[in-house]
Amino acid sequence: MNESTNKKLEIQDNIKEKSRKVLVYFLLSLWAIIVLFPFYWMILTSVKSYGSYNSEYVPKFFTLSPTIQNYATAFTAVPLAKYFINTFIFTVVTTLLMMVVVVLSAFAFARLDFKGKDIVFSLFLSLMMIPNELVIITNYVTITNLDLRNTFMGLILPSVTSVFYIYLLKENFEQIPEELYKAAKVDGTSDFRYLMRVMLPISKPTIVTITILKVIECWNSYVWPRLITDDQNYFLVSNGIQEIRENGFGRENVPAMMAAVVVISVPLVALFLIFRHKIMEGVARGGTKG
Amino acid sequence: MKIVLQHLTKRFPNRNKKIKEDVIAVNDFDFEIPDGKLIGLLGPSGCGKSTALNLICGLEKPTSGRIFFGDVDVTDLSPEHRGVGLVFQNYALYPHLTVRENIRFPLENLRGDKKLSKEVMEEKVLEAAKLVQIQELLDRKPNEMSGGQQQRVAIARALVKRPQVLLLDEPLSNLDARLRLQTREELKRIQLETGITTVFVTHDQEEAMSISDMIVVMKDGVLQQKGKPQDIYDEPENLFVASFLGTPQINVFKGKISGEKVFIGDAAVMDAKGIADKDVFVAVRPEGFVIDDNGSLECDFIAREVMGRDTSFIASHPSFVGENIRAIIPSEEVFDGKNRKVRFRLKPHKVRVFDGITNERIRL
Amino acid sequence: MKKNVTAWLCLLPAILFLGIFMVYPLVDVFIYSLEEGYNFASQSYQGTGLYNYSYVLHDPYFIQALKNTFIIVIITVPLSTGIALLISLELSSIKVLRDFFQTVYFLPYVTNTLAVGLVFMILFKKTAYSDGLVSLLIQLFGGPSVDFIDGPYPAKMFVMCFYTIWIVMPFKILILTSALASVNPMYYKAAIVDDTPKWRIFYKITLPMISPMVFYLVITGFIGAFKAYSDEVALFGTDLNAAGMNTIVGYVYDMLYGNSGGYPSYASAAALILFAIVFTITTINLMVSKKTVYYQ
Repeated sequence: MNESTNKKLEIQDNIKEKSRKVLVYFLLSLWAIIVLFPFYWMILTSVKSYGSYNSEYVPKFFTLSPTIQNYATAFTAVPLAKYFINTFIFTVVTTLLMMVVVVLSAFAFARLDFKGKDIVFSLFLSLMMIPNELVIITNYVTITNLDLRNTFMGLILPSVTSVFYIYLLKENFEQIPEELYKAAKVDGTSDFRYLMRVMLPISKPTIVTITILKVIECWNSYVWPRLITDDQNYFLVSNGIQEIRENGFGRENVPAMMAAVVVISVPLVALFLIFRHKIMEGVARGGTKG
Repeated sequence: MKIVLQHLTKRFPNRNKKIKEDVIAVNDFDFEIPDGKLIGLLGPSGCGKSTALNLICGLEKPTSGRIFFGDVDVTDLSPEHRGVGLVFQNYALYPHLTVRENIRFPLENLRGDKKLSKEVMEEKVLEAAKLVQIQELLDRKPNEMSGGQQQRVAIARALVKRPQVLLLDEPLSNLDARLRLQTREELKRIQLETGITTVFVTHDQEEAMSISDMIVVMKDGVLQQKGKPQDIYDEPENLFVASFLGTPQINVFKGKISGEKVFIGDAAVMDAKGIADKDVFVAVRPEGFVIDDNGSLECDFIAREVMGRDTSFIASHPSFVGENIRAIIPSEEVFDGKNRKVRFRLKPHKVRVFDGITNERIRL
Repeated sequence: MKKNVTAWLCLLPAILFLGIFMVYPLVDVFIYSLEEGYNFASQSYQGTGLYNYSYVLHDPYFIQALKNTFIIVIITVPLSTGIALLISLELSSIKVLRDFFQTVYFLPYVTNTLAVGLVFMILFKKTAYSDGLVSLLIQLFGGPSVDFIDGPYPAKMFVMCFYTIWIVMPFKILILTSALASVNPMYYKAAIVDDTPKWRIFYKITLPMISPMVFYLVITGFIGAFKAYSDEVALFGTDLNAAGMNTIVGYVYDMLYGNSGGYPSYASAAALILFAIVFTITTINLMVSKKTVYYQ
């Protein structure tokens, strides 16, 4: 082992390391382009005019005369605003209701003692294995028979409980040290106040996680709304976009379609960009604990 | 407020479900805690001292027996109506609340005509904070503080409602050695300043001895002895109490009383006037040994550890119970260590004799 | 006693909702699947038996759906997991731009599948005005003009799988990067000191350490892919049977609702067949994992 061979080894290693780095960044960038390109394309297309889009046999990768005409069309030719408001109401109400149901159940399982607790909890857990596709048929019939088609009630009610989230939150509640509860008892804190003032604030990360997951799920839900709404006044954005795709703007107006797609995508993407670390952390937690 | 426990018993179903027999955590406790004193409940872990504390606090209901605060029977009262403050070993501070909010928490629970205005609450919080000297930490969160500081906050939170009784469950166990010394003096000061009857649970006999006005020693749910720390140290009523108190531990030998003399092996070490012949345990405090070439107790010398003011002699003897004898001798005593033998004379007031079967004290 | 009442009151909403929308339907779906000639309008049926199952299994649309679903599962699950693993490994080996890449890769997770599907359709579809960007790219390299949306089956299947992978990737990358991040760096240091080759580090250290997560992704990947539906709708529209791109779940919904709907019995039978398939595959997966996955 002498100095010159050492130096050679070092240089070799350096070159190897550098070329590896180049390859890594190249592959990563490639995937990034694959992910980003559809987004770029929808924004680009949404600002091309109807005429210029249709005249481009080979589509251009940029435009020099952007227009917002398509956005105006998207909002006026189809009730996009209505879809939007519907989805917003649906998301907020479903998430809030589910939160109440989930928190109360998790609280009962984690903090209260009652006869049959273990049995009820195992029954709950076993329900986690039931796929949605299996129960949706009867639910469709139930909601139809209850005359709840084309109502918010019908949209919301079947999705305000989640055994998985109850389980997630219960686990979290149980990690709160027993001493905190004893201390609170000595101070004369009621169970309910303990839930509100101590358990919920301490479990905030899990609550946030559940909220995020539920909001994403609600915003993108398609199947159930499609089954029980055929009145445009109750369409959510997913159904709206499908409606636009199929019956469109009277004619195949791709730029206006893309404008609608952009509008629909913006809220969640914006939310994500603002809270991206929280959301990614939340999804990882929610995902791996299942 | 004095606390009276009358024949207090607490049974739990055994955790191992195969065993039908209940666990008796507290067995027929019957004693009185005088008003305004600091009481140490002392015992090895699992002896039921925490259960006893929970019973006084009201977090658990006794299987039988009564508890009085003053003249009022509080046995069936829930904790919040007893007027007690409780401090936990791991502090149990609410992690999402600031120190100020933690201390204020109990006050916010007051309802109806007891409800306090914001200003009064703030005043009380400041008062409690001042008492434990954490005024400058009020806006911190618990995880931004040291263990000692957190413990002070916990004490402040327990005191803010001006409880009649303050209960501390192993309050110093989570602190490092230096902080422990400091905090226990602090505890004593706070107790003296407020005059609140205070009960604290500990497994550390040194801790209990150093600050308690009175110690209650427990073992397996049974009260062994109660009294002033020095009295218990000097006059233990049974072998367990004698061994549990004092560091280094008391040295226990197997021995016998024969012809009104106490023997360890063949060596007569003390007189035992008027006591019938029987097997006994002879327990000698480490400071009860005197090196004396004419001493009757001959031991095998093992090592000598110089500790400055004192020297610790380690030796062995065939009748000794346990590993090695540990004797504390003033350092100026000379010892040449020839023959690997050492002879001791025993100071009679440092030697206690216990019955070989019942382990009860035999008063000579 | 009082505590008992409080507890049950707290559980009441959940029990009520689960009872009506989970437990009851679960029983009901079996009953439906056994009721022959069920008429939705009059809610009456002629007899009971296994005819519904036999009908579904002989329905060419169902066979097509079954075939499509299996192709999607077999192609997308290994491919997406493999690519995700590769990307996650690369991602964990860099520092610069890492946060940027992670954010970008996660974007598809928060977008509406139906909406982005439309963009994919535009990119791949051949219209009177344009051959579609992808087709034009292929032609640029001398290939033929392909219509991926209304054209030949393999082309359609390609887009389908491509889009499915695009959609499921964010979750897999996220889970794998966090799994990789949780491997104690001590092991790598020890391996480097021992001059272990990179591929050996991967096979002997990294992969065993993250194997529970990989396995978790495979299982959920299988389950998810078997339930494919809205991605298909996004690309090919609601009439999937006509496009020849239907899936089992799509078949269930078509039987239930829409132009071909009104047959809850057939839908139930199909749903139960799907459940049986997923259950079997998951069980096999679990058995395989017991032998191969390393749990700490």
